[in-house]
Amino acid sequence: MTAAFVAGADAPPEVPLKRRLRRAERARQFKALALILPLLAFLLFTFLGPIAGMLWHSVEDWEVPRALPHTVSALSRWDGKTLPDERAFAALAGDILEARADGTLATASKRLNYTISGFRTTLMSTARHLKTAPEPGTAKDTLIGIDKMWGEQETWAAIKGASGPLTDFYLLASLDLKRDNNGSIFAAPEDQAIYRDIFFRTFTIGFAVTALCLILGFPVAYLLATLPSNSANLLMICVLLPFWTSLLVRTCAWIVVLQTNGIVNDTLRWLGVIADPVQLVYNRFGVYVAMTHVLMPFMILPLYSVMKAIPPAYVRAASSLGASPTVAFLRIYLPQTIPGIGAGCLLVFILAIGYYITPALVGGAADQMISYFIAFYTTETVNWGLASALGAVLLLATVALAMVYGKLVHGQQMTGGMKN
Amino acid sequence: MDGGMVAATKPLVRFTGVQKTYDGEHLVVKKLDLDIRKGEFLTLLGPSGSGKTTTLMMLAGFEVPTHGEIHLADRPIKNLPPHKRDIGMVFQNYALFPHMTIEENVAFPLSVRKVGKAEMKERVHQALRMIKLENLAHRRPGQLSGGQQQRVALARALVFNPQLVLMDEPLGALDKRLREHMQLEIKQLHETMGITVVYVTHDQGEALTMSDRIAVFNDGVVQQIDKPDALYESPTNSFVANFIGENNVLAGTIGSVEHGWCRVALAAGGSVTARAVNAGSAGNRTSLSVRPERVTILADDAPADESMNRLPATVQDAIYLGDHALAILAVAGNGEFMVKLPPGGHVGLAHGQAVTIAFRPDDCRALDPV
Repeated sequence: MTAAFVAGADAPPEVPLKRRLRRAERARQFKALALILPLLAFLLFTFLGPIAGMLWHSVEDWEVPRALPHTVSALSRWDGKTLPDERAFAALAGDILEARADGTLATASKRLNYTISGFRTTLMSTARHLKTAPEPGTAKDTLIGIDKMWGEQETWAAIKGASGPLTDFYLLASLDLKRDNNGSIFAAPEDQAIYRDIFFRTFTIGFAVTALCLILGFPVAYLLATLPSNSANLLMICVLLPFWTSLLVRTCAWIVVLQTNGIVNDTLRWLGVIADPVQLVYNRFGVYVAMTHVLMPFMILPLYSVMKAIPPAYVRAASSLGASPTVAFLRIYLPQTIPGIGAGCLLVFILAIGYYITPALVGGAADQMISYFIAFYTTETVNWGLASALGAVLLLATVALAMVYGKLVHGQQMTGGMKN
Repeated sequence: MDGGMVAATKPLVRFTGVQKTYDGEHLVVKKLDLDIRKGEFLTLLGPSGSGKTTTLMMLAGFEVPTHGEIHLADRPIKNLPPHKRDIGMVFQNYALFPHMTIEENVAFPLSVRKVGKAEMKERVHQALRMIKLENLAHRRPGQLSGGQQQRVALARALVFNPQLVLMDEPLGALDKRLREHMQLEIKQLHETMGITVVYVTHDQGEALTMSDRIAVFNDGVVQQIDKPDALYESPTNSFVANFIGENNVLAGTIGSVEHGWCRVALAAGGSVTARAVNAGSAGNRTSLSVRPERVTILADDAPADESMNRLPATVQDAIYLGDHALAILAVAGNGEFMVKLPPGGHVGLAHGQAVTIAFRPDDCRALDPV
């Protein structure tokens, strides 16, 4: 028996026990799963599905292959160094005729117009002039005859670049990058580069609003956690009141308060602090004020829930051990509120960088955030690819941040746990 | 410790006419005059709401007296913030800082006092050695058992050599066995280090085990302050008699008082002689206090001893308790009169049996009526 155990030949009876345990647990797990199934299905359709769709839209390139299938296949072996051969011209002419009949030409021309502006005009006028398919061997001359652009290698490179099925065109564009004819990536010229600035602006506003919320919200959360319950409840209602008011109403209220002849300006002038009205809205200041107000509860509530769980005995113990109130706060109280600070900042920052209505209403042209442009491309120009790519970059930044936070919090728990 | 020896030294803490109210209507501490001697272990004992914790909090500086003054080493401290009082405190739930290691926790009072690094290390090490937890120095409080956390809290309160250590029901969260062990450990620390300890508890057994003196609180007033044995043997009022240990109460009216002795007519008939402690003059109502172990059940053929108080009784129940036995009797209108018997003493006692009990007048104290 002993020898068998040493050799490991005799399987110990623990294995079936483990299996039995798993079997016993399985029923419970299924029950738990059944409980969350409706929500899971709901999330799948309303959240995960659209996000997957958005990510797909940001890399998918279907317009040109659908409208010009033969051209795409003819160009697949093209080296891109010289003009393509007659076969490609013939394929294009045939494709244009077919696509015009199918009504798919407009979407393809819109897509090609993103790469070279003016492509739409070229394609549409070619389609108009091309009554019938050119005689074999004359396709090249016919097309160049209609529009000189067909004689340029760049034009063909644009078609090849948009020939799908996947592209990094939109993702690169959303970071102000382009590909040249050789396929290497380069930065877009200064006058065309806008998204990096907008992302930078979005994150700047996000950080500033988060910092303002933390500075203003921390004392309020502290009061909420330490006041006697009667006053704390009243204060809690004041904190939650914004939650029960429409976002639009709150933002418009700020316009009323901050505008040139608004309450703040009138009061300041009446007090003699200023002679002329100060511009308080339709600029960055207005955005900060309105967004900080709107997002404040998202900072206060996580802070409050963490602070509520810190027994007052800790600070008392610190002061009985000789710590002045400042030292007791900095060394004992503050470190214990870090999970709340982290959660609040993460929440506010993620919500802030996705803000759309508030900056659109109280900000100026230079205060619009990335969501404004996403909305613009979705509803105004119907450029789903670029809208999705901008959304994907935003999502990526958010997920990265959440992961960093998760790592930090997890790390803290690994080194001993914040709670006893 | 000999209470008589430390009595000669000057008080370390003096409460003079201290009152405390939270709502402006009801006094939680009514009128407190209390001296705490240097080096003694004083326990504030009382039921919850008796004012003992409020008294401790006023001493620590977390509550301000509404009236009166507190002196610590001849210095008025009423308006001194807690962190300047140099008083160590052990809290009910330890209050170890969860984000610091054990070592950092114990070093905290030294680091806020800007003690040098080398000295700090040495003193922390010494404190951890004292509580035998050197090997857990780098753990966090959450990884320690309740008893270990309690010891760390103790080390942290002692490491900066405070003039006074306060303990607010520090053993309340521990199980019985560990509590008894920690009682002895704290008592030993007190004796070897010669520190002054003010200890709050509602557990009279804990108070009797550990204290040099006990102040019994009730209703915002110190009822009696004395050494544990004196408190048990010679309570000066009915509250103390009932709160400390088991007690039998017999209601009666004082017939006559003479040289510290009185004759009491029991409400249910019969009369006994008792020590006149706190009962006033003839005609006053009184509650007699008799400890269960001071009463004997007389054998049928026992010779009559006229110096003893004798009363007829009816057996209600007889309980075997291992090291002793307990008889529950109906005596003079008290249906739960307890008599502690030697092991085996319950044999032969049956429900409804008529017996005679006896106790010495010296063991019967006439106190204020309940």
